Amino acid sequence: MINISDSATKLNSLNRRMFILATAKIIILGGIVSRLFFLQVKENKKYLTLSDKNRIREWKLPPIRGDFEDYFGNTIAGNFEAYQLHIIPEEVEDFRYVIYRVKELLDLSEKQFKKILKKKNEIKPWETLIVADNLNWEKFSKINNHLYDLNGVKPVISISRDYPYKENFTHVLGYVSQANENDILTNENIKEKFVPGLKVGKTGLERSFEKRLIGSNSVERYEVNAYGRRISQLAFQKGDKGETIKLTIDTKIQELANELLKEKAGSICVMDIYTGAIIAMHSSPSFDPNSFVFGISQDEWQLIRNNPMKPLVNKSLSGNYSPGSTIKPIVALSALENEVIGKDFTVQCKGHKNPLELYGQTYHCWKKEGHGFVNLREAMKQSCDTYFYEVARRLGVDRLSVTAKKFGLGQKVFKDIFDNEKKGLVPNTEWKKNALGRNWVLGETIITGIGQGFIQTTPIQLCLMTAQIANGGYKIYPRIVANDESQYEDKFTPLYKNSRNIKIVQDAMFSSTNEPRGTSYRSRLNDSKYQFAGKTGTSQVKKITERDRELDLKTFQIPYEERDHALFIAFGPYKNPRYALSIIIEHGGSGGTVAAPLAKELFKMIVDRHEIRKNFDNKKYLDI
Amino acid sequence: MYQHTRFDNKNNFFQKFGSLDYVLLSCLLILGFISLATMYSTDGGEVLFHTRSHFIKFIVFFSMMIVISFINIKFWFSLGYLSYAIILGMLIWTVNFGITASGSKRWIDLYFLNLQPSELMKIFIILCLAKYFHRMKTQHVNSFYAICFSLIIIFVPMSLVIIQPDLGTSLLIAISGIVVLWFAGLNQKYFFYSCLVSIISLPIIISFLKPYQKLRVLTFLNPDRDPLGAGYQIIQSKIAVGSGGIMGKGFLKGTQSYLEFLPEKHTDFIFTLYSEEFGFIGSVLLLLIYSIIIYRVIRIGALSRSYFAKLFCYSFGTSIFIYIVINMSMVLGLLPIVGSPLPIMSYGGSSMLATMIGFGIVMSAKTHSQQSIA
Repeated sequence: MINISDSATKLNSLNRRMFILATAKIIILGGIVSRLFFLQVKENKKYLTLSDKNRIREWKLPPIRGDFEDYFGNTIAGNFEAYQLHIIPEEVEDFRYVIYRVKELLDLSEKQFKKILKKKNEIKPWETLIVADNLNWEKFSKINNHLYDLNGVKPVISISRDYPYKENFTHVLGYVSQANENDILTNENIKEKFVPGLKVGKTGLERSFEKRLIGSNSVERYEVNAYGRRISQLAFQKGDKGETIKLTIDTKIQELANELLKEKAGSICVMDIYTGAIIAMHSSPSFDPNSFVFGISQDEWQLIRNNPMKPLVNKSLSGNYSPGSTIKPIVALSALENEVIGKDFTVQCKGHKNPLELYGQTYHCWKKEGHGFVNLREAMKQSCDTYFYEVARRLGVDRLSVTAKKFGLGQKVFKDIFDNEKKGLVPNTEWKKNALGRNWVLGETIITGIGQGFIQTTPIQLCLMTAQIANGGYKIYPRIVANDESQYEDKFTPLYKNSRNIKIVQDAMFSSTNEPRGTSYRSRLNDSKYQFAGKTGTSQVKKITERDRELDLKTFQIPYEERDHALFIAFGPYKNPRYALSIIIEHGGSGGTVAAPLAKELFKMIVDRHEIRKNFDNKKYLDI
Repeated sequence: MYQHTRFDNKNNFFQKFGSLDYVLLSCLLILGFISLATMYSTDGGEVLFHTRSHFIKFIVFFSMMIVISFINIKFWFSLGYLSYAIILGMLIWTVNFGITASGSKRWIDLYFLNLQPSELMKIFIILCLAKYFHRMKTQHVNSFYAICFSLIIIFVPMSLVIIQPDLGTSLLIAISGIVVLWFAGLNQKYFFYSCLVSIISLPIIISFLKPYQKLRVLTFLNPDRDPLGAGYQIIQSKIAVGSGGIMGKGFLKGTQSYLEFLPEKHTDFIFTLYSEEFGFIGSVLLLLIYSIIIYRVIRIGALSRSYFAKLFCYSFGTSIFIYIVINMSMVLGLLPIVGSPLPIMSYGGSSMLATMIGFGIVMSAKTHSQQSIA
């Protein structure tokens, strides 16, 4: 009995406890279900996103950079497919193994290998390590064949910049190179489109037009597994190529300019005197911008940097030179405009024995024997300094500076397109007082009259000045981009008071090239189709002392840095002018012997190419 | 009483066959089918090693369960202590001569099967303690002697499993044992106090944990502190479950597992994959099947005449429930990650063997429900 009642107690207790637990179980079950509900229903979106983020990787590919074309549509900066090898260290399980495999497959030299290892230590593990940036097809396919063994290694077909004309357009286009931290920080656009290996413009138009050139990234979405191994492509969104920018430059003339300046330091600028279109703009020496695309070697860089002829400087825009006698057309024009002199105003040049003397200073003409009595046309033809000393003295620097500025000296020609363009300097009395705190002295006016002293011009300014003289004295705005729509209200406004004065100057320049005793007579082209008018200039780098005058050394006897700069400005064809040019050869010696002959070659081609240019234009209209 | 015994002895095969719990059987079959389908998905939609092996094991152990259910419950009662002793022996063997895999010795090589005795212990500890309390008078249950004995029964295998080391299974063994103590009528205050003591001594326990175990606890509290290391499993698991949504991503379409973001997807994290592919509805359905199974087990206990059978069924059903809850809570980020399989769903021979033996004994209680044990 006791047993039975005890058994009943036990069973009761058992069932009661089962009941308690059953209740607990239902509550716990409810808890699990609500947790499931929370995760799967309420938070579903969040986890779905996370799950997609897990499996979907986005890979931004570098945008394809827009091309540069010359006026005739030739590609002067294009793209080519570069086969690259990237590694993302984070995704590599055994970096040592992989990197040695890669070394073996690519046959890397010890030096290259060490460089890669060094680079690896510099980057973050999730950043891309570019092992090779320009592989040949053979090696590239070799890597592709071994990919199964190389986890984390990514063969990439990257679009890279190609400059088919090598050093010809370097100073106009600039060059591209890997975007560095500074580029990313300072340029939102680059920051947005940045991918490892992205090339951005570092100088020149490549830099100024970065925004239009860069294009948009192609984006590839693909599925990866937990180890980051790519499983399948989900989507590919092709980016747009950057804008193609067409320049006004004629490659043939540009190439000729390059050739003419070979082994010399200097610049050649050629401009259409009506449209302001730059036909050629070359600075010498130049260098091959292709070297910069994948990073230049230290040796090559040192060679460029240490070259005394300064290949890195764009002399056409940043070279500040004393214009020398090339300023004389402006001095003459200013004097005529201000009615300081007439067309027939005459001065007697007496040579070195009897120089112009003012307040104890003597002013010599370049010609030892003197020019005798010269009028404006003759003075310009023979570039008589004494005549222009006198004209400048009568004119005064302030009136001269007004005319010079009107014709574009002393200010940037291209506004903001080129960040390395210099303003030059057109001095006047007020400037000197503000800048140097001293009063202007008459002697300074005298030497400004022959383009020495404070006055500084860039070759492109001289070209513009010449163009505006050549087109009859109308304001133009030079441009280098063919379809540049910039509107300038004062375009083609007359820069003169009396158009006859311009004619006088043009005629004087004509005589300088085309009449005997003219300073550039030997460089003339007799065929009226090509005939051009010009003005030589020889600008002193070093003040000529009395001793120098006595020694009268030949150019080659003087140390290179002390030799005069040779300048020449010209426009043509004279009968119906269309083009203006400026040439400067640093430390070349006399403008007449060194610079002017180049114009002869140039004009031959410029005029011939004019026909082609015109036909090309017409054809273009016909196409429409 | 005598009559009953006689009646029982006369039970022939067909009578026994007819008295099987078919609801329970069907639920187990459905669960087996779901389990196989999920395994097939973890294999990436192919019949590979895991699926094939799981299938064979399920068929073998399911048949074994039916055979066990035909054996008289008295036999299992009589086997209580012996079976416990044998498994204990196996555990000692394991500790000394077991197969080492990923740093722990858990398995005995039986040539046709790598047996994990700790899994079997989860069932046989219930059998042993059920037998122990079967004949005990109520007033003795809370005696010092009884408590000491049962604690030793629990503590010895538990510590053998801890040194393997396998914290998860040792906890589950302890829970299985404690569940029996609860049903046997151990004073509720003991449970209350030990809970209190456990909570208070938690910091001390943690200080004794192995570094990786400490990390698991810390990771559980904040999975984001080490998202690529210890927290990875829990984060990825939550993502998989959460991204399943209401309807799930569809069979064989679980990206988390297909793309190998899920660790241990065949074993402890099988529910994650299931939940990702079949969503909230599928998960609730699975819980429903489990609930029916547990309900049937408890119902069999309730309908049994013998105290032993009741105690076993209640304890076994409750243990299975706790295994499920622990596994799911772990996968859903409600509990720290301890190795604990989901009954029948998870890949693993020993776990399924033990579970099926358990269901076999329960079913034996059903076919012999009128059997009383002296």
